[in-house]
Amino acid sequence: MTVADVFGRCAAAGRGALIGYFPAGYPTVDGSVELMNAMVEGGCDLLEVGIPYSDPVMDGPTIQAAAETALRGGTRVRDVLSVVERVSAAGGSAVVMTYYNPMLRYGVDAFARDLAAAGGLGVITPDLIPDEADEWLAASTAHGLDRIFLVSPSSSDERIAATVAASSGFVYATSIMGVTGARESVASAAPRLVARTRPHTSLPVCVGLGVRSGEQAAEVAGFADGVIVGSAFVAEAERTGRDGVRVLAAELAAGVGRGSPRRSTPTDVMAP
Amino acid sequence: MQASDGIARSSGHEPDERGHFGRYGGRFVPEALVAALEELTTEYEKARHDPEFLTELDRLHRDYSGRPSPLTEVSRLAEHAGGARILLKREDLNHTGSHKINNVLGQALLTKRMGKSRVIAETGAGQHGVATATACALLGLDCVVYMGEVDTRRQALNVARMRLLGAEVVPVKLGSRTLKDAINEALRDWVTNVEHTHYLLGTVAGPHPFPMMVRDFHRIIGLEAREQVLERTGRLPDAVAACVGGGSNAIGIFHAFLDDESVRLVGFEPGGDGIETGRHGATLSEGSPGALHGAMSYLLQDADGQTSESYSISAGLDYPGVGPEHALLKDLGRARYEPVTDAAAMEAFALLSRTEGIIPAIESAHAVAGALRLGRELGPDGIVLVNLSGRGDKDVDTAARWFGMLDREDTQ
Repeated sequence: MTVADVFGRCAAAGRGALIGYFPAGYPTVDGSVELMNAMVEGGCDLLEVGIPYSDPVMDGPTIQAAAETALRGGTRVRDVLSVVERVSAAGGSAVVMTYYNPMLRYGVDAFARDLAAAGGLGVITPDLIPDEADEWLAASTAHGLDRIFLVSPSSSDERIAATVAASSGFVYATSIMGVTGARESVASAAPRLVARTRPHTSLPVCVGLGVRSGEQAAEVAGFADGVIVGSAFVAEAERTGRDGVRVLAAELAAGVGRGSPRRSTPTDVMAP
Repeated sequence: MQASDGIARSSGHEPDERGHFGRYGGRFVPEALVAALEELTTEYEKARHDPEFLTELDRLHRDYSGRPSPLTEVSRLAEHAGGARILLKREDLNHTGSHKINNVLGQALLTKRMGKSRVIAETGAGQHGVATATACALLGLDCVVYMGEVDTRRQALNVARMRLLGAEVVPVKLGSRTLKDAINEALRDWVTNVEHTHYLLGTVAGPHPFPMMVRDFHRIIGLEAREQVLERTGRLPDAVAACVGGGSNAIGIFHAFLDDESVRLVGFEPGGDGIETGRHGATLSEGSPGALHGAMSYLLQDADGQTSESYSISAGLDYPGVGPEHALLKDLGRARYEPVTDAAAMEAFALLSRTEGIIPAIESAHAVAGALRLGRELGPDGIVLVNLSGRGDKDVDTAARWFGMLDREDTQ
């Protein structure tokens, strides 16, 4: 299974992909594996396994608090790799989401090698832009990992073009200017950003930041190839645990299934 | 010498086009911030060659902040330093009480040029926060200052000053609740509000162009001091001493001497309770390369790349990172960096107060302690230039507790 296979399977079924983020080690290493397995059972097509980090500047309060819990519990980078191995063995498909320094400290090439060996498919790098990523570009190529960079509503067309050119697997479009966290509505910037990204790439474009309900998931799946949900899963795990997480994943999966046909043209996207 | 000399004229020690000082610096940031960093880089490049901007900045430095700052020879202190001559560059006499105003005035003017109406800043000891709140009051900008909760307690006076100046002070209750976490929270605010907000970063760290630009705004310190020392003593100093947290006052005074090979450049880092205790903030002495807060540099980190908590009695030096140009100067061997413990800094704090009638900021007391050490190394023929980066009014409470000078009921 590759990231491309995951999206291929979803496209063949005529639906968007549901991508679920969860921090490894929250509330414990074993607990996070169980919760991620529940996300897959509920309908997550792809897992984003988060490496808890001491200075998560792109994350809002929910994920910050979870990362702090995971770190206080002693979660190490090698534990995160074991989480990837276990959720992959259970039938899930996983990429890792990490700030750059833990990967840098591990050794970029060694990290790529060990992640690939654990069954991981790629890495999302919220604070690494392609301009600074020479080492990661080489390591990801050497070990067959996808590199998922982010585009933002503030990105110029030139930067979008350069970013997607360096990307593989999928492109992560941040729907709003801001940090992670569930929001009432998905900002109007998202369809516009996806429309601006499409002409530069044939990769799937997925939207993250702020999605928490089936309704929102359906709305996003109307213009994007995948819907990324993070804080809502973390909050649900805290509230109701494994069963609640499975139910939320199922609700979101039903939502992405209701989304409009794939590959809407920009004109459709902008229509009311 | 005027501030504009440090900005319009290159020193010949510039980062590459993408802000790299050797392997350090660069931009390790979310894509969402790149547009703002590019805008800032472009605007700064225009401003540094715009006579109107330079004239306005020089005017503010002269008429508002009080430049040039004096050079004071401290001969009674020098008796404790093996007889070497010690000269203090008096950045403590600037308006708002530290060197921080140099950078703040420059960036606040840039904020206006960019048409942004809101400024955010981080602060540790509150010196940068006070300077930012001051410039925002002067130029009519909205101001929000993030400050670790621990620091809001140990620097309560500066919190009140910022509020009096019309700024909103937000205590940060995450992580170690000090400067590092204040920067995280400021970065989160910036990612969300970047369209109308400028992040007025207070040190020579962070993503390009901050390390270069903030340095340029502080280069006036060294440019003035070099002339003043030559005029006063007829020669260059043997050593230049400065404290290093993020490293802004140090780079500001070092830069004018980079090409003077005979001049030792020594940065003094917070040694806290002593390096051996693990409770310190000596990033260059004890850290290793890594990416934090937007730049590659030295940092205090564990085996997994998690940032370690720093410690210092001085809130302004209590930071596990450091500016990337210092990392390069260390690797090149052009500057050296040594820890000074809380105890040594406080001893120097008391000594300068009693021998010269100058109460330094606890940050700057680290440089004074270092100068005493350098003076003993150099002997009676030596000349040591010290950047006295700030004054100690804000630290009176901390110092009084340290020295047990409070009456019993006051300490409760």
